[in-house]
Amino acid sequence: MLLDWLTSEEWTAVRLSVLVASTAVAASLPVGLALAYLLARGRFYGKTLLDTLVHLPLILPPVVTGYLLLLSFGRKAPIGAFLADRFGIVFSFRWTGAALACAVMGFPFMVRAIRLSIEAVDRRLEAAALTLGARPAFVFVVVTLPLILPGILAGMILSFAKSMGEFGATITFVSNIPGETQTLPSAIYTFTQVPGGDMAAMRLTLISVAISMAALIGSELLARFVGRRVSS
Amino acid sequence: MSRPEGLEVTLYHRQGDFTLDIAFRSDSRATALFGPSGSGKTTALNAIAGLLRPERGRIVFDGRIMLDTDGDVFVPPYRRRMGYVFQDGRLFPHLTVRQNLLFGRFFAGRRAARRDPAITLDRVVGLLGIEHILARRPVNLSGGERQRVAIGRALLSEPCMLLMDEPLAALDGARKAEILSVLERLRDVARVPILYVSHDVAEVSRIANNVIVLENGRTGDRWPG
Repeated sequence: MLLDWLTSEEWTAVRLSVLVASTAVAASLPVGLALAYLLARGRFYGKTLLDTLVHLPLILPPVVTGYLLLLSFGRKAPIGAFLADRFGIVFSFRWTGAALACAVMGFPFMVRAIRLSIEAVDRRLEAAALTLGARPAFVFVVVTLPLILPGILAGMILSFAKSMGEFGATITFVSNIPGETQTLPSAIYTFTQVPGGDMAAMRLTLISVAISMAALIGSELLARFVGRRVSS
Repeated sequence: MSRPEGLEVTLYHRQGDFTLDIAFRSDSRATALFGPSGSGKTTALNAIAGLLRPERGRIVFDGRIMLDTDGDVFVPPYRRRMGYVFQDGRLFPHLTVRQNLLFGRFFAGRRAARRDPAITLDRVVGLLGIEHILARRPVNLSGGERQRVAIGRALLSEPCMLLMDEPLAALDGARKAEILSVLERLRDVARVPILYVSHDVAEVSRIANNVIVLENGRTGDRWPG
């Protein structure tokens, strides 16, 4: 049994990683979709700057991203204090902070995939829908959204995969607390640092490989299925 | 005051080097906009459908002002009820033929009381001869089938006018003749007037009662039907 094969500490890290990655993907999807739409279709001043900001976590050392998150979302930092006092949302040294770090690190991948699929949409189809009586909001829901679904799925998978492997920003922002912020990579790192931790590190590495492969194969199958449905 | 019937169009629009500057009126059941390619026919049609906002112009249909740049009136395309049949069909690839046909029908739902009893899914499907392809997706249709579905989709949206942009251009001779007779039947059966854009004399003379000639972005002579 898988449950017996892992110690409870290892098992906690696996569960936490999946929770953190899922939360990161779910929370960043609406923002990512809106930004991708804005970047694909919008014409406004500062678009290049916004595009650069979105891509920044891709280029910055993850430690820098994590430190910047700490400076802005820490308990005493401006945004962090505001969110904690007003809404009771605390990020620092909590699993929610790990999810935030993962969301930020996966964001460029998500936005890029969705943006490319929006740019590929034949806008003449949207014009046709308008002449058939659908107002723009409906056109988005019944024409644009189904057509970009493969891109959205690809973006979610990429962001999930990035989140499962995220280490630098997470450990800098929310540290490495077992049961709270110790995700798979942090746990593996910890085990490699203690004498006799080799076997545990190896077991978690295998789990890591299995989850990543399952995500990739799943996304491939899903993309093929959806792609067949919407291809013209 | 008598209500003016038919379509009244005045348009001025520049696009790069091209200038569209036209004015025409028609109250015929089937009007043709006739002219060589590049004469501005599609641009005019897009403006009438509301897909293009011209610099200056006025479009009135049956007394309803669709566009008046002087009075700052612009009725958006989704409220104009112009059934547009595009040259390239533009069927929704993620929907079946039946779903495509009913797309505009769904959004016309609120006007159900005013429905033309001659325009039902069954009748339109019968008129166009597409009973056997309702469950298919557009990717699996031939060019002729696609264009039939596009005509049906526009018709079923209960338009106040049908705009057709060279609907036969992408078809071979035999298919052309088939769809042409469908269009003739449509003109005679349905109550909805047709504005037909083409550069083909034979097509125009078969379909239209009234022809407006376009050349280099300007309206010229009118042929009496």
